[in-house]
Amino acid sequence: MALTANQPLHREQAKIMNRFDITQRLVARLHRDEAVIGGIGYTNFDLWAAGRRPQNFYMLGSMGLAVPIALGAAIAQPQRQVIALEGDGSILMQLGSLTTVAHRAQKNLTIVILDNGTYQITGGQKAASEMGADIVAIARGAGIGQSAWAADESALEEMVDVALREDGPWLIGCRIDTGKPVDTTERDPARIRDQFMRGLGVKK
Amino acid sequence: MDEAAPDRAWHEIVRDMLKLHNVSLVTYVPDNVLRPLIEVIEADPFFTCFVTTREEEALGIVAGAWMGGTHGIVLMQTSGFATLPNAIASLAVPFQIPVLLMVSERGTLGEFNIGQALVARTMRPVLDSLAMEHHTLTRLDEVEFIIDRSIRQAAATQAPVCFILSPLLTGGKVFQK
Repeated sequence: MALTANQPLHREQAKIMNRFDITQRLVARLHRDEAVIGGIGYTNFDLWAAGRRPQNFYMLGSMGLAVPIALGAAIAQPQRQVIALEGDGSILMQLGSLTTVAHRAQKNLTIVILDNGTYQITGGQKAASEMGADIVAIARGAGIGQSAWAADESALEEMVDVALREDGPWLIGCRIDTGKPVDTTERDPARIRDQFMRGLGVKK
Repeated sequence: MDEAAPDRAWHEIVRDMLKLHNVSLVTYVPDNVLRPLIEVIEADPFFTCFVTTREEEALGIVAGAWMGGTHGIVLMQTSGFATLPNAIASLAVPFQIPVLLMVSERGTLGEFNIGQALVARTMRPVLDSLAMEHHTLTRLDEVEFIIDRSIRQAAATQAPVCFILSPLLTGGKVFQK
């Protein structure tokens, strides 16, 4: 909690970072086969571009379900750290899932929200996150006490390290720009699921 | 007596079949007809069972758990199923994740709420249009066979399955002044 107390509380105080850059930084902190669930759209396009890991799951639809999928994987594998990488528009669709994560008190779960304030992939329409909704504040209100905005890139790296080391659940808010994604995820769901299950050691 | 009367209620048979097949995760959005099932599951330490805020969320959790090696089931009522087509069509079916769904059927055989009666008519057409396996449980003596075989088939074919609990089995929910 000491860490979150040192972070800015308001969205406006957080630096706007580049999506691909911070996705690369996040992936670079993963050294213990942590699972990452990439929400739909540019969120998982850049996760794909940041390097194929068998422990990454790339959603191709079911907008809003990155957090529930990550929670399920975390319940199934309590020894593994699981990260939900989700966009602001997506989490706004499934805010109730934050309350479920809170009452489950899932220790091995970290939620990283990439917030550019827009539905970028559909033409850049403003999201509620650009019109006053603060997702970190919402997460705290939902009961995830360890929720904070990343002030900048180095703060994000530090927060990810703490989240992977200490009991969660955690929610890290990242303000991002509207840069184009570097690549596009290959849309082969059966293959994605099979590789993910092998990456988690469920299939040999 | 050759045909012994079933010594278990429907919800006890369901619980036993879930345990037999190691389906240990149960997520649900509450429902009155499901209450006895939820109660026997919550009373059994074998299960991890908890409430969610939406049926989509409950399905996502069970899908993630399956990929992590734990089999689960989602419990809901008919109106909750009506919120699920997108999650079934874009997650469970294309990714070949055998989520188990159990729906307590409202909207028929004495329904008193017109909204339930209307939304109930969308359920089987949706399941059929997704080519999704589904069975309506009407008789106590068939519950074990249908659930046992269907859980095996879901896992073997990597396809979701939906069990519909008919008022003929459960008594349903009736209007009371």
